Amino acid sequence: MIDNDTLSKVLYIDLSKKKFSIKDRKELFEKYLGGTGVATALLHEECPKGIDAFDEQSPIIFAVGPLTGVFPLASKTCAMFKSPHTGDLGESHAGGRSAIAIRMAGYGAIVIKGKSELPIYLSISNGKVLFKNATTLWGMKDGSIAARVMRQNEKGEGLRAIFRIGRAGENMSTFANVTTETYRHFGRLGLGAIFGSKFLKGIVISGKQAIEVANKKEYRTLYDKIYNEATESSAMKKYHDVGTAINIKSLNSMKALPVRNLQASSTDEIEQVTGEEIAKNHLARRVACAHCPVACIHLAYLREPYDDDPYFYKTTPVCYDFELIYSLGTMVGITKPKAMLKLIDIVEQVGVDAMSMGVVLSWITEMYEKGRITKEDINGIEIDWGKSDDYIELVKNIAKPTTDFLKASAKGVSYASSVYGGKEFAMSFGKNEMPGYHTGPSGYLGFLLGARHSHLDNGGYSLDQKELIKNDLSPKQVVDKLLEEEAIRQVLSSIAVCFFARGIYDLKLVSEAIKLLGFDFTENQLMEMGKQIHLNKYKFKMREGFSFDKLEIPERIYETKDPTGKITKEYIKEGLDYAMKLIC
Amino acid sequence: MKLAVKDAMRCVGCQSCMFACSRRSGNAGLSNTCIGVKSAGGISRGYTVVVCRSCENPPCANVCPTGALVPKEGGGVRLKSSKCIGCGMCKDACIIDAVFWNEQDNKPVICVQCGYCVEYCPYEVLELIKDKKGVSHD
Repeated sequence: MIDNDTLSKVLYIDLSKKKFSIKDRKELFEKYLGGTGVATALLHEECPKGIDAFDEQSPIIFAVGPLTGVFPLASKTCAMFKSPHTGDLGESHAGGRSAIAIRMAGYGAIVIKGKSELPIYLSISNGKVLFKNATTLWGMKDGSIAARVMRQNEKGEGLRAIFRIGRAGENMSTFANVTTETYRHFGRLGLGAIFGSKFLKGIVISGKQAIEVANKKEYRTLYDKIYNEATESSAMKKYHDVGTAINIKSLNSMKALPVRNLQASSTDEIEQVTGEEIAKNHLARRVACAHCPVACIHLAYLREPYDDDPYFYKTTPVCYDFELIYSLGTMVGITKPKAMLKLIDIVEQVGVDAMSMGVVLSWITEMYEKGRITKEDINGIEIDWGKSDDYIELVKNIAKPTTDFLKASAKGVSYASSVYGGKEFAMSFGKNEMPGYHTGPSGYLGFLLGARHSHLDNGGYSLDQKELIKNDLSPKQVVDKLLEEEAIRQVLSSIAVCFFARGIYDLKLVSEAIKLLGFDFTENQLMEMGKQIHLNKYKFKMREGFSFDKLEIPERIYETKDPTGKITKEYIKEGLDYAMKLIC
Repeated sequence: MKLAVKDAMRCVGCQSCMFACSRRSGNAGLSNTCIGVKSAGGISRGYTVVVCRSCENPPCANVCPTGALVPKEGGGVRLKSSKCIGCGMCKDACIIDAVFWNEQDNKPVICVQCGYCVEYCPYEVLELIKDKKGVSHD
């Protein structure tokens, strides 16, 4: 890498001693580029074996990549930690301004350990870390207020990222998230709970430096090529126009969209919550992550009258996409857009992973419907499919649980069903709640292999729709394809490129682009690096107790119709047995 | 030619213009950008786009103690870097915050109205117009 590139600087912060230090870790970045690759290596270094995720020494790691701040679409930050939700690898990616701010502040990665004795937030700029008292921000019911206060108190307008947790993180719900720039999230696997366990309310980080490139002329030429593809290709346009929500209609019609806890895979009442209809009737604004011209973030405006004051309205911006329409819409039987937007809004306020919350709500509803829990278990709330106002109360109660059942639910459906039963319809895989794809066996094999953090970031759903729906692929072929795709994605998340841009950033382009930052890797070498990073993640998972033998698969997936008709126990087992031989 | 903000309501906050402006120096990053895109009090309210309005009697040049900022005919200023002592008075004098700062050099960065940024705004927020004052800072 280029000698004076600050990418190699790692900021180490100790919350117990309120101290920080900066170390040059060039060797790590030269080996793994940045992002996921470097963060995984740092996790191995920093996380003691078998430690409780909430232990003082449990680390929070953020890493960005060499292309961040250099080329468009390289604006993701990779967070790595021991997940309190699964007990093994916690990985979560977010955009917003997070990656640009970390890179522009002069760091390639940040490692946070220790535990504060009182609530604090961190202010990081100009090579310093300030530890600020956040006592007054603790316990607020709406996380966005805390963000507003930090915004007003700190400098760096337009150049900063503001991370923060909500009430669920403070109360250490194991699927609490960290929000950045109001609408982007380190969503999955409970980073927010780790923040909460350390009394870390938030982080403000900013900077504005130059990044030297190896050849200025070639840099401009390659920049223009990538920029033009980002702004003109149809692959990116779909993310900008209707956004990922465009998939709601097609998945529903092919019977791949989970409805009412996957008791069905399509609904006749989809009309008003398709991406097209929400865009037409509720979309107010589209916004972008820093240094990404695509602008895929869709904000709807929810206008609600106050009952006690005529002509007085509460107008709330609510961010939505495919996964939210699935998890807080169809999965809980809500097909009215306003009801859904209200539910999304409260989930944002308390600060939890929206996908996990939707699955938790739907599992609770089915438990209640079947008489396996009582109304007292859920603090007297009457719930039923599609009843948004009652779900809103339930969300508040899960974020601040009072009954034993709600406390268990705040740890996700895998844990709650191990205590209360209902495993056969507890829709989680590797202890993480499912995304909105009941597309076929490849999707489920992808979830179960689980080397990655979240939803569409596994190629399975695409294999189901492009291949299995018409052709036969053996489970082994599917696993081979999934693992190959996975290796490529490790490279992309190591240079911190958004997966939406995977059609632009093939390995050839990656090789050319990183060369301008002084990294010399051929396509084949990148592929090998991707496989190695993937294995490094499995090593961490296995070290912390992950085992293919222990995976639980809810019976429900075999019962509900899917587009391929090929989800069978035999198929899944053969795939997993094969994967285990390859990986272990 | 003057750089102007055509419609800040269309801004998505991608900051491609800011990166383009800084890239004129040849390097990546944001150290030399003369455009400021920031949220208008939270992202949901949209963005404020700050560009130099190239004032005809520029306050930034008026306060410069060393004559490093030279008013240009027709408006705007030119920076004579060798004269600049990095005092920051120009920055304070610009009430729309359109005098930006290069932290590494400790000197201002001043818009030269080249319009390079306009080519990198995919949403027609910016424009380069002839003989008309910019309507910046929405």
